[in-house]
Amino acid sequence: MHKLMKIHVKYFASVRDLMGTESKDLDIDKSLSVYELWKDLTAKLNVPKDVLIAVNHKYVDKDFKLNDGDEVAYFPPVTGG
Amino acid sequence: MKIEIVDERFDPWQSLVDYKKNDLQNNPKIGASSVFLGTMRDFNEDSDVTGMELQHYPGMTEKYLEDIVNTAIKKYKIIDGLVIHRVGLLEPTDPIVIVASWSEHRDNAFNATRDIMESLKAEAPFWKKESTDKGFRWVKPTASNTETEDTQDEAQ
Repeated sequence: MHKLMKIHVKYFASVRDLMGTESKDLDIDKSLSVYELWKDLTAKLNVPKDVLIAVNHKYVDKDFKLNDGDEVAYFPPVTGG
Repeated sequence: MKIEIVDERFDPWQSLVDYKKNDLQNNPKIGASSVFLGTMRDFNEDSDVTGMELQHYPGMTEKYLEDIVNTAIKKYKIIDGLVIHRVGLLEPTDPIVIVASWSEHRDNAFNATRDIMESLKAEAPFWKKESTDKGFRWVKPTASNTETEDTQDEAQ
């Protein structure tokens, strides 16, 4: 069995409303891309396709592979300013 | 450089005076100062807007704002830059964001302030939720977040 990886997940704005929580801690047993994890987390939900993803405070592509201890955030397009 | 996220109403002009007085005093290289201020309107997309919640991603927001200002410092050789952005619960007329650039000549100050503002709108993790007569709604970005016609600032 692989060593479990600890991943901290955060949600913001409309994605937070959809998921019903601000954050969660996960232990995953295989290396996933950020988008594979997103699909697992939202399997039963009608989710927006334009989700943005950041790992450790930096935007990443959908195929970015998660590592132990990463913080991954999912959120809609930004609207500041 | 000054990057600050504030969670209550602030006076953007006083913030500028304070920063200039404390950090840029007596800098004889500065020949141009350029300032953009975005404030909250009471309308958007044909609805009256009575209030707004501004959410952000603490940590990532500051990192991106610093990167954006550092990019402008390199690209336009500005002497310094400032971004103060509001979060929390806002009312119409509240300042949302102030961006300022200081440089030797006006072109670089104008261009840097514009670039910083457009990059902020495209990249910095902030989200607006409006309170309207039809209820609450998350503001959607326009087709291009780098265009000037946008959702909350820059009244036509």
